[in-house]
Amino acid sequence: MSMEKKTPRPSEEEGVVLTPEQIRRRRARNIAIASVLGFLALLFYVVTIVKLGPNVLNRPL
Amino acid sequence: MRDEPASLTNSEPYAFAAAGEGLASPRDYFELLKPRVMSLVIFTALVGLVRAPGDVHPVIAFTALLCIAVGAGAAGALNMWWDADIDAIMSRTRKRPVPSGRVSAQEALAFGLTLSAFSVVVLGLLVNALSGALLAFTIFFYVVIYTMWLKRSTPQNIIIGGAAGAFPPLVAWAGASGTVSLEPVLLFAIIFFWTPPHFWALALYRADDYARAGVPMLPVTAGPDETRLQILLYTLFLVPLAASPAVLGYAGLAYGAVAVLAGAWMIMLTWRVYRRREGEAAVKAAKGLFGFSIVYLFALFATLLGEAVIGGLLR
Repeated sequence: MSMEKKTPRPSEEEGVVLTPEQIRRRRARNIAIASVLGFLALLFYVVTIVKLGPNVLNRPL
Repeated sequence: MRDEPASLTNSEPYAFAAAGEGLASPRDYFELLKPRVMSLVIFTALVGLVRAPGDVHPVIAFTALLCIAVGAGAAGALNMWWDADIDAIMSRTRKRPVPSGRVSAQEALAFGLTLSAFSVVVLGLLVNALSGALLAFTIFFYVVIYTMWLKRSTPQNIIIGGAAGAFPPLVAWAGASGTVSLEPVLLFAIIFFWTPPHFWALALYRADDYARAGVPMLPVTAGPDETRLQILLYTLFLVPLAASPAVLGYAGLAYGAVAVLAGAWMIMLTWRVYRRREGEAAVKAAKGLFGFSIVYLFALFATLLGEAVIGGLLR
């Protein structure tokens, strides 16, 4: 008979159980992704204005 | 009821925690971009951007630089994905995010592919198609031609692969002017011929690392003496090539003076590497050349940048 010590698994209902360190790093990753997305939205807006130039006001109604 | 994704089935949570996955911080992902290489890419690209003819709006210039930097970083991430096995063996690279287990190979692959596609598309759409195409080719060259093919198969790896690191000023020039002329090709050539002596100097005192990992760097396959000769020959070709922008009228006197003086110092250090072949003196000479080669390239491009900025202010 095997005497190997087994680490208990989380039950199916619990699903993936993150350690506090994993939660902290996931939060840091989320903040980084949100910052990058916000920056890109701003960049695309500014580039659009720059490329359109004065034509930004020229739109047929 | 919707099926659970495979990664959330009951057999996975244990493996997930045990493997240490999910522990990557934003800093680990940033490390995948090879920030030190990226800083050189940004600097040389900035020189190409500033020296290109025509006026480019600062926002467009910034976007071009950003895309080139991110594209270079993406190529670095894909390099780390592919080379994780040999990175784990070499002492210089074993602490990288993939071999150390902080980021999985699949995550590095997805990160690299996403950033590659994004940087190329954004550069192509927001700046111009030529620069986007050149950036795509640069990433392809570094990842497929250098990393996947040449690096493990030939001692010429660093010679041909060096082209990937030489492209950024060319891409930036194309971004600013929409064309490519002889001057950016010269900038490309300077970095291209600078790369072998620079990396071979490093490989001279890291030869054991490369040999253990099975990477056929020149000191491993042809021996340190042949490497020293090749470093000398390449440097003797590089120094006049680096002075050529001044001779051809693309750069001014200041650049000519820096190219000659720094070039002379570069040749002197190369000669020292060639002569000192044994013991601590040989290692010291190789380290000295490796360090100065970075200063040399920086001095050349910084002078080109300075001349362009001062010339622009005086216009």
